[in-house]
Amino acid sequence: MTTLTADGASPLAGVRRFLRHLLYVMTDNPMTAFAFMLFLLIVGAALVGPWLVPYDPLATNAGSTLQPPSWQHWFGTDQLGRDVFSRVVVATRLDLMIAVSAVAIAFVVGSTLGAIAGFYGGWAERITGRCMDTIMAFPLFVLAMGIVAAAGNTVENIIYATAIINLPFYARMARTEVAVRRNAGFVQAARLSGNADWRILAFQIFPNSLPPMMVQISLNMGWAILNAAGLSFIGLGVIPPTPEWGIMVAEGANYIISGHWWLALFPGLALMLAVFTFNLLGDGLRDLVDPQRRT
Amino acid sequence: MTHLARSRLVGWRLLQAIPVIVGIIIVSFLLTRALPGDPAAYFAGPAADAASIEQIRVSMGLDRPLPVQFVAYVQDLVRGDLGISISTGQPVMHELTTRLPASLELTGVALLFSIAIAMPLGILAATRPNSWVDHLCRAVVTAGVSLPTFFTGLALIYVFYYLLGWSPSPMGRLDFLHLSPPKVTGFYVIDALLARDLETARAALAQLLLPAITLGLFTLAPIARMTRAAMLQILEGEFIRTARAAGLPRRQVLFTYALRNAILPVITTLGMVFSFALGANVLVEKVFSWPGIGSYAVEALVVSDYAAVQGFVLTMALLFVTLNLIIDVIYTLVDPRLGLEE
Repeated sequence: MTTLTADGASPLAGVRRFLRHLLYVMTDNPMTAFAFMLFLLIVGAALVGPWLVPYDPLATNAGSTLQPPSWQHWFGTDQLGRDVFSRVVVATRLDLMIAVSAVAIAFVVGSTLGAIAGFYGGWAERITGRCMDTIMAFPLFVLAMGIVAAAGNTVENIIYATAIINLPFYARMARTEVAVRRNAGFVQAARLSGNADWRILAFQIFPNSLPPMMVQISLNMGWAILNAAGLSFIGLGVIPPTPEWGIMVAEGANYIISGHWWLALFPGLALMLAVFTFNLLGDGLRDLVDPQRRT
Repeated sequence: MTHLARSRLVGWRLLQAIPVIVGIIIVSFLLTRALPGDPAAYFAGPAADAASIEQIRVSMGLDRPLPVQFVAYVQDLVRGDLGISISTGQPVMHELTTRLPASLELTGVALLFSIAIAMPLGILAATRPNSWVDHLCRAVVTAGVSLPTFFTGLALIYVFYYLLGWSPSPMGRLDFLHLSPPKVTGFYVIDALLARDLETARAALAQLLLPAITLGLFTLAPIARMTRAAMLQILEGEFIRTARAAGLPRRQVLFTYALRNAILPVITTLGMVFSFALGANVLVEKVFSWPGIGSYAVEALVVSDYAAVQGFVLTMALLFVTLNLIIDVIYTLVDPRLGLEE
């Protein structure tokens, strides 16, 4: 009876301790709190942005082309008279969707391969390692270009290409994290009590390796957003009238040398802010999950 | 003894590159052949009819089994044949070799620029923790990893070309007032200097400056961060404390003892920096209309010129492997610990 109540209370106490720790990290480092607010803002823009913007992001207006920022058009208008502010806000969803899907695929596939390699060693480890080395042997952005060029110029292929170039980071990390725990006491205990290998891997070792992987995910998100925007900047993936940050900067680039700076500046700033947020958040998460490596 | 040991290490490292190169060739073969869709239709271009697609299928050997195709592909590579670019009608190999010096010049100058800024910054930040230099270093590192290269390039163009007028128009390696210098190395600045044409050298350098700074700013962050971290760790070492206690001059402790050891992890991160730099190079070349292999690949992508794109990917990968090899050889040569292992 007493053990039951102890079991029932401990998760709740754990959650409370986590929340207290979260509050401590937030108040201790104002940058992390700031990053967290920015993160909520970006996610909010992605979720409800399309219903909040003042103009239709695709509506052209021949009467007001290339207007500088004003109270009517906060970020000005582009060469077709479209409202840049509305386009920047609406683009958040697509950019975030590409990055989240790519990182999710890379995380699931990469950590599974890495965990198997780290747990069994031997041939599994050698083959996975060799494949990851081959991916890393390419300059990663160039490999993504090659994949999209070969597989076809679509948004899905941008996601797959970004996922593939992120795979090695997760696979290597999972491999190391699993390998150091392969013969830990709790693993031997689980084995002695009759658990199958896959069960030990999935329910004992993997959850323990998760915290450092979460940090990697956050740092990776920023990089994934940059890569996807870079690909669409050179004309891959997203087709023009669709609002997307990379392609908006590319279109605005043609107007920079005539002094129409707002076309490229605002989508570029949005991109920067998103990447910056995920990088800061990654540092904050590291403080949260790994107090020893605090800087 | 150490001489022999070092050359054996270098030889071993060269051997290790072979499986990597084999992997690269397999991947680039798969990228051209085994993907969904009809490669013959890809290579024939969008305007081709059924008969010419069939002709290309036979001439490329696409009707034969995959392993046979792979052998033929490797044979073509050995002969330096990367196929014909459908947009220009020229062999891809020829286009890439004529454009490669432009890319190398840009990337090389950018890396020199970023090493020249990042290493002193990192050393200063490590020797004076929590000073303004340290904070500056941290700010540069955080901003550096968040900035999209193409955006930095456009911002620099707007400020230095449009607003201030200090920089020439961001269009290629030389403006139309100057003739390109006689080709010796393919690097315009060096070639112009060799031809004793100071005016052209100055013009080429002016064109090079903004794109090189753009690319350099991108690679600044990882080098500065690694230098700072490595120096901090080394400076805590016991041999540094001993050197200080023995009353050696501060300069000698810092540069002879600390830096020689701290440089090793920095050299290792250069590999990752090259990966980023070669990728970012494509974006910078597009922004500044720089006639290197990156902008060639972007133009080829727009018109679906697949032979050109795959040739570009393969060239970049081989370039990257070569750079990594050079880094590793340098590492073996400068590692002070290797000399002591007798």
